[in-house]
Amino acid sequence: MIGRVILAVLLAGIAAGLVMGAIQHVRLTPLILEAEAFERAGDPASHSHAATPDAGTPTTGQTESDGHDHDHGEGWAPEDGWQRTLATTASAAMTGAGFAAMLAAVSLLVGLPITRQNGVMWGLCGFLAVTLAPAVGLPPELPGMAAADLFARQVWWVGTIAATAAGIYLIATQTRLWTLVLAAVLIMAPHVIGAPMAPHGEAMVPAELVARFVANSIAANAIFWCIIGLFLGLVLDRTAKDIYAT
Amino acid sequence: MTARTISSTTSLTASRRIAAGFALLFIGATLTFAVGLSSMAVAHNAAHDTRHAIGFPCH
Repeated sequence: MIGRVILAVLLAGIAAGLVMGAIQHVRLTPLILEAEAFERAGDPASHSHAATPDAGTPTTGQTESDGHDHDHGEGWAPEDGWQRTLATTASAAMTGAGFAAMLAAVSLLVGLPITRQNGVMWGLCGFLAVTLAPAVGLPPELPGMAAADLFARQVWWVGTIAATAAGIYLIATQTRLWTLVLAAVLIMAPHVIGAPMAPHGEAMVPAELVARFVANSIAANAIFWCIIGLFLGLVLDRTAKDIYAT
Repeated sequence: MTARTISSTTSLTASRRIAAGFALLFIGATLTFAVGLSSMAVAHNAAHDTRHAIGFPCH
């Protein structure tokens, strides 16, 4: 039984990862490369041969050959070009499979099937919980942006996803007033507590670039999640309908 | 007799569904952690652009 679900998870992850990889290549990675050029130019400790950023020309190829010199710069890193695109697409597919596995896990645990008809809705709920809700406190970041302590942000990010998902589950399955109030509390709590704030005045990346990246990232994630949900529904409908018989 | 057989079958299926759910939750969390949150340099570098694109807290 679990083998059939894992098949659906892998297919959904690969489909979503391929589309996400293409969107990243066209709309997101160029902005990251541009931000990295600003980051290098603004950081005196970084390589001196870095190109001076020119807002009009997204840097590519030669000038970016040391594209990974920020912080954890040790260890293997994909070369810019096809290696970087391949690593990005593969990691998008892995993320897609990870998200799909957790979406399918929720479906199995609560006993609500993901089908051809409701798959996109499942995906959009994933988008609300995993992309949109955390983005309110921690918008998608570009390299070179000022940010609070990484671990604190990761904890807030995971907590916000869990609380939002629980709230969405209550809204989707319960009708009593107090459960809806509880759902609202769960969804709002992380934002009342507040995300770890970035220190002011350290950003090296222009706000216009950040705004474009955030909008494109959130839109790309909406598509990513819709494909995950749709493919899970399509495949589970064909292979695993009996799982939910009880 | 028949009723008992059916009820034991259904409870078995339901518990297997729950077990599969927890297994998938573990698999999904492990994959997501490896790509998105792990601080290992190689994992960070390979998944760098995807971490930013998905909106994982990075750096």
